[in-house]
This record gives sequence, C-alpha cells and structure tokens, in this order.
Amino acid sequence: MSDAPLLTLTGVHTHIGAYHILHGVDLEVPAGRTTMLLGRNGAGKTTTLRTIMGLWTASAGQVRFDGQDITKRATPEIAQAGIAYVPENMGVFADLTVRENMVLAARNARDADAIDAERLRWIFELFPAMKKFWNHPAGLLSGGQKQMLAVSRAIVEPRKLILVDEPTKGLAPSIVRNMLSAFQRLKAAGATILLVEQNFAFARELGDAVAVMDDGRIVHRGAMAELAEDEALQARLLGLSLGAHQ
Amino acid sequence: MIASDRLPLLLVPVLALVALPLVGSMPTWVTLTVAGLAMGMIIFIIASGLTLVFGLMDVLNFGHGVFIALGAFVAVSVLAPMGGLTGSASMAANLVAVGAAMLVAMAVAGAIGYVFERLIVRPVYGQHLKQILITMGGMIIGEELIKVIWGPDQIPLPLPEGLRGSYLLGEAAVEKYRVIAVVVGLAVFLAMVFVLNRTKIGLLIRAGVQDREMVESLGYRIRRLFVGVFVAGSALAGLGGVMWGLYQQNVIPQMGAQVNILIFIVIIIGGLGSAGGCFVGALLVGLMANYTGFLAPKVALFSNILLMVAILLWRPQGLYPVAKR
Amino acid sequence: MIRSLLSADYPRSRLVAAILLAIVVALALAPFLFPGARSLAVAAKILVFVLLVASYDLLLGYTGIVSFAHTMFFGIGAYGVAIASTRMGPGWDAVALGLACALPLSALLALVIGLFSLRVKAIFFAMITLAVAAAFQTLASQLSEFTGGEDGLTFKVPALLQPSFELFEDTVLGVSIDGRLLSYYLLFVVVLALFLVLLRIVNSPFGRVLQAIRENDFRAEALGYRTVVYRTLSTVLAAVFATMAGALLAIWLRYNGPDTTLSFEIMLDTLLIVVIGGMGTMYGAVIGSALFVFAQSYLQDLMGWISAGFEGVPLVAALFSPDRWLLWLGVLFVLSVYYFPTGVVGKLRARALARRRP
Repeated sequence: MSDAPLLTLTGVHTHIGAYHILHGVDLEVPAGRTTMLLGRNGAGKTTTLRTIMGLWTASAGQVRFDGQDITKRATPEIAQAGIAYVPENMGVFADLTVRENMVLAARNARDADAIDAERLRWIFELFPAMKKFWNHPAGLLSGGQKQMLAVSRAIVEPRKLILVDEPTKGLAPSIVRNMLSAFQRLKAAGATILLVEQNFAFARELGDAVAVMDDGRIVHRGAMAELAEDEALQARLLGLSLGAHQ
Repeated sequence: MIASDRLPLLLVPVLALVALPLVGSMPTWVTLTVAGLAMGMIIFIIASGLTLVFGLMDVLNFGHGVFIALGAFVAVSVLAPMGGLTGSASMAANLVAVGAAMLVAMAVAGAIGYVFERLIVRPVYGQHLKQILITMGGMIIGEELIKVIWGPDQIPLPLPEGLRGSYLLGEAAVEKYRVIAVVVGLAVFLAMVFVLNRTKIGLLIRAGVQDREMVESLGYRIRRLFVGVFVAGSALAGLGGVMWGLYQQNVIPQMGAQVNILIFIVIIIGGLGSAGGCFVGALLVGLMANYTGFLAPKVALFSNILLMVAILLWRPQGLYPVAKR
Repeated sequence: MIRSLLSADYPRSRLVAAILLAIVVALALAPFLFPGARSLAVAAKILVFVLLVASYDLLLGYTGIVSFAHTMFFGIGAYGVAIASTRMGPGWDAVALGLACALPLSALLALVIGLFSLRVKAIFFAMITLAVAAAFQTLASQLSEFTGGEDGLTFKVPALLQPSFELFEDTVLGVSIDGRLLSYYLLFVVVLALFLVLLRIVNSPFGRVLQAIRENDFRAEALGYRTVVYRTLSTVLAAVFATMAGALLAIWLRYNGPDTTLSFEIMLDTLLIVVIGGMGTMYGAVIGSALFVFAQSYLQDLMGWISAGFEGVPLVAALFSPDRWLLWLGVLFVLSVYYFPTGVVGKLRARALARRRP
C-alpha cells in the first residue's frame, strides 16, 4: 500500500461562535496506517475530528481526503466519500435496537438480511455482545457495549477512513483490552484509522504514527515508536509518563 | 417509544373506566366514548405530523393550524359539485365523494406545506424565537388568504346522506360517522407504525429524532427527509381538517387557530417527537373533551389543561420523551 | 436632567430622537392639534398600546421570555376597573378598589407562570401560555354574572372624567375642556410616567442582569446571579405594567369585554408591534405603536378605496378589502422578522452608528 496521505489538513482554523479553537492545524494521515491524535484536555482533538467530518466548518485552511477538497462539504457527503465517525459520546441510538443501529450504518442495506454476512460474522467475532443483544434496544447496553456498537457501526461496511474519538473513555481495563485487540485486528485488515486518545498505553500499542496537539495546534508529529522511547518528551508533551497511566 | 414502557397506554382505558360511574348510564357512556375516540383519532392525525417535525428538526410550527383549515375548506369546494354522490343514500357513493375530498385536501395541504417550509420555515432553522414568530405570522397570512378565497364566514359542511345517523349497539346510539373516523384514524396510525418501524425511512426518522448529527455522520441527507416529513405532516393536517369539518358539520377560517391549542396540549402530553405518545395523548384529550362536555361543559377546555398539568407532574417531558443525546 | 429622566438610555440616532419627539408632542397636544372624537380615540389607543407593548418588551426583548398569555394581565386590569365600577357605582374609590384587586392578582398569576416557565423548555412554555390565555378568555366569557359574559360590562367613570363634565365654561383654543379631554390627559400622564419608570428599570443593574440572562443564562448563573429570581421578578413587573394599561383602557372606553382585552388578536398585535418597533429597545414600543395604530385606523380607509377600485375583479377586491388588514400586517410582520430583526429602532440606530464611524 502506498504511503501517500489519505487525509491532509493544511492550516485549518476552526471557530466555534466567538471562540478560536483550532489555530492552523497541519496533519497528514497516511493510508493503511493508524495515526494517534494525542493531547491534553481542551487541546482541540475532538474539534479536529468534527471539522474533518464537517460538523463544524473550518474558517480557514483546507481538508483534503482521497484527492478531493472536502473542506466546505456537508457532513452526509463527507460520510459518503468514505469516512466513518465514532464520536466521543458514541452516538448510539438508544431507542433503536442493535440490529436497527447496524442497518442504519450499513448504507447499502435495506434491512438486516442485506448486510454482508461475512462482515457481520467478523464483527460478532470481535464483539460477541453485539450478537447477544442483537434485538435489544441499544439504550440497555452497558457503556462498554455501546462503545463496541459504535465501532461496529463504523466497520459494518468497508470505509476508507475511520475517525475514532476516545474509545476507551470510562471503560473498565478488561474492556479496554478487548477494544485494543479489536482495533489491532482492524489494523491487520488494512484499515486507515485516525484515533484520538488520552490513554497513552492504549495509544502506544496501536499507533504507527502520532501527532500531539496543544492549544489548537500540532506541536509534535512523528513515529509512535520514537515517542514511546522518549519519556522526557512524553512528560513534556502529555504531562505524564508512560508507566503511570494504564 | 421503548416498547417495554406500556404504562402510559393504560391511561386511556383507565380514563374511560373512571368516567363510567360519573356518566351514570352505560349507553350514554358508550356514545361518549366512541365520540371521544373519534375526536381523538382526528386530533392524532393532525398532531402526528407536528410532533415528528419537531422531534426531527427542532422546528415548532405554530402555524400548523392553517393546514387544517385549508383541508377543510378545500373539502367544501370539492364536495360542492358532488351533490349526486353525497345526496345518495348509498354509503359507497358517499365514501367515494368523501374520499375524493380527502385526497384533494391532502394534496393541496401537502403542496402548501412545501411552500411554507421553503419560504417561512427554512430560513429560521435553529432559531426558536424567530420560528415561533414567523410560523405564527404564516398562520395569520394563511387564515386571511382563506378568507380572501372563501369569504370570512362560516360555511356548512353537511355529512353525506348515507353517513348520517347512528348504529345501535344495544341501547347505545353510536354515530356512523364517528365509527368511520375511528376506522380511518386507526388506519393512519397503523400505516404510520408500519412506516416507522419496518422501513428504512422510518428508521431514519426515528434515529433522526434522537440524534440528527449522528444520522448525518452516517451519510444520510436528513434535510431532504425533513422536507418530506413536513409535507406529509401538512397533508395529514389537511386530512384531519376534512374530518374535523365533517365532525362539526361546518368550517370557519379560525378553525385552525382553535384546533391549534388542542394539538399543542396533545403533543406536550405525548412528548415532543413521539408518534406513539401523540396517539395516547390525542385519545386522552378526545375522551376528556367529550366526558367533560357532557358532565360539566363550562370546564371543558380547562379539563384538558388540567390533564396536561397532571401528566407533566408525573412525567415532566411528556408520556414518551424521546431519548436525545 | 434629560439624562436622569431617560435613565441615560438615549435614542442614539437623530432620526429616532426626532420621531420620538414628534410622537410625544403630537400625543401631548392631540386634542388641540387633531380635534375630533375619532383622532382622540386613535391617540388614546396609541397611548394604551405604548404601555402594553413596552411591558411586553420587558418580558420578551429584555428577558427573552416568549409568552402568549400577556393579554391575560391586560384583561385583569380592565376587568378590575370595570367590575368595581359596575358593582360599586362610578367613582375614584371604584377605580382604586379595582386596581387594588387587579394588581395583586396579576402579580400572583405572573409569579406562578414565571416559576413554571423556569421548569420547562421555552417552546413548551410558549405553547402552554397559548392554552392558558385561551382558557382565560373562555373563562371570562363564561362567568357572565361576574364579568358580563360575551357582552362585557359598560360602566360609568368618575365624575371628573365623564364626557358631560366640563371644567371651564368656555373653550380653550377651540376645544372644550370636558371629561373626555381630562380622561385623555390622565392616560397621557400615567403612560408617560410608567414608560419612564420602565426605562429606569431596564437601565438599572437589575435590567443589565436581565439582559445577561437573556444572552446566556448558564453564564449568568455561574456568575452568581439567581436567574430564577430575576426572571420571575421581570415576569411580575411586566404583568403589573400590562395590568395598568388595561385599567387605563377600561377608563377610556368605559367598557370592557372578552374581545376588548383578552382576544388573541390583541396578543398578535402586541407581538407585531414589539417586533416591528424593535425588541429590547423600549423606544420601539413607542414608534411601533404609533405606526401600527395609525396605520390600522387610516390604512383601512386606503384599502377600502383600493378595493372599491377593483370592484368587479373577484380575488383582488377581496385581497384589498379593509377587513383583510391583518393579511398585510402579517406579511409585514414576517418580512420584519427576516429583514429587520432589530426592528425600526434597531435599524435606524445601526445606520446612525455606521455613519459615525469613518
């Protein structure tokens, strides 16, 4: 697979009302790799993902995806261009069943039978809870299970890029391990992922490349392996050391 | 509406049963109950569009009443040259005429609904204050235009021959038209339930009511869907207007504003955005209006407000609040 | 002195100031400048609306609360005076008693409604006030023994204000100083005074907090202001001023009925005026009311003339029929919500501001 970036942000600024959140973000996400977007609370990571997705419009700069300029496009079109989004609050439709959530996510399927059986089997392997609760309202799932549902929705059909916002937030360590292995299998299948995380241990296991944000800018970019070695750099950028956070 | 939560559904039979001893006589109670259900069904038909539009796009159309009046007046015009069919004692002939009036009314109301959405509603998405003001303005304009076209006075809308009179259930007299209204209402409700629960569009609507952003992030152009729901809601209001006009046997330009209040009470009771809640709320309001109309006519409008307050005290967001993110 | 009178809330635009001055002078000298019963009636109506709309501006423009029940308080004031005068016979004591009953009742109702508004979302609240106002109007027409029902109450006013009363034998500047004139000046003085009080209120620290709450109530709460208290107080104040307006109207008309004060049409008129005049400006109420009442009274004549011109043409004649006055108002209303959301006053002020900047 080529190393040309699938997604490129150039000088992206985003304003939310009167607040200037992103101050010129430059970011490249190579195809077939997992890029981690790290940073303290309030650094602008979620805003970056939402800007890519068109939920907030960049006030300046450009977002290019798969050779097209998607900066000013509407969210549905951006999604149709091949980007899946797993938001921080998971965006699970509580009143709909797991099945209905999945049918919605599978744009090409009119109903559950039309979902690619192979794909569905793979998802059930990654997340057995999805099969168990197939006909239950999603609102009854636990936090971890909702997160699994959100991720399942993103992969029910092949997507060129998957944006994930803090998938391990608030989850028990065992579920985090579960999530980690699921993502590793996703990686192995060749997915391109841009993942926001605060859990550095998780990020380190999964990431190929890393970009660190602070105050609406990218303050460091490079290979994950390098950052993982350099504890002083970690402490400076993230305010923590590798061993402390699990 | 989560299927497991059936408690509010019980309110309808409970209300009916509570009214029985108060009314005293069984036959009268039967008549009133059927009347109440019929009225409730008509209100449901009118209000369902409004509540879905609000749930889906956060737009509250204070001018929804204008489609009711429009439907009713269009029916008057459609039925006017159909004396042959409406004068006939054959129910089939009558239903053809009434059916035609309903279809035309729905088409006209739907078309005007489209215009309303583009001109009046679309520019003020997301701004609640302006929406309230503008949709109210739209209703004023609509009501006045109706007066321009049909004149400002009341126009009778008599029931066709074959639909008059009552069926006898034991000692109770049950008006034929009301039975038809209940049947039509149920048909609309079932159709709605089918669309909402068994089609992908219905799925999109139910999801969109909860989390519009996420539906867009999944790749669906929900704005287009919204226009469709708005038009459908307006068409349904038109249908409701025809039925309401026949129920009252006359139409006046202000009927939209009058029914508006009842439908607001209904959708507040039901929970904004919930079709199921709207159904329960409409039946409750219809029954309440008829029971109190018989028992204590002076407090009829109040009784519905009291009902609304009582339900809000139990569930402050209505019977089936839509679980928003 | 002007600064203190206007509570430092200047018109901020020469055009606005000029128009305001013209309106105040015209109203002050109305009986002399525009003699005749009809013009005086128009002027009195303008005065009443100024107070009613200004009170609504406090609620909607400054506090950001959309309520359709405002006419309820208007009606309570009018009925208070009407019922008292009918039962006790005409006199200042009847007026005083009427007010003494109406004002606390309004305040209490406003308190209940205000507290309720804080527990539910704005849209809910707006719908509920719609229902409550309708119910109240029905109530007024049904309690006929008390309120005169659909027909309303006709009553006599205190001797000084009765049309037959004459202060001087001779006419002053061609106009006789009779009870009608005195009634008019009572309205003028009271409305002027209460308007200035409203200006004082919205420019006080209380008023500033209201505006902060309107902009962002979370933030205001975080800054330590108990929004509950402020919003409730504002609702009560708005109600009290509306009640006064109602009382004044009753005194002027010597009549009150459900349609005079409680009708939805009046609520809509108030809404139209406050939007067209300019929400959150107070002066918008003055300019808007003058514009509205004037147009309503005289534009209908114009429309009648146009309609007669199109006699034979079916739809067009009906479109311009003077009874369809509300249609054109509705169009104007919708247009102003889109194109002048800040109303006439806001627009003129913006232009003045733009001109001041080089």
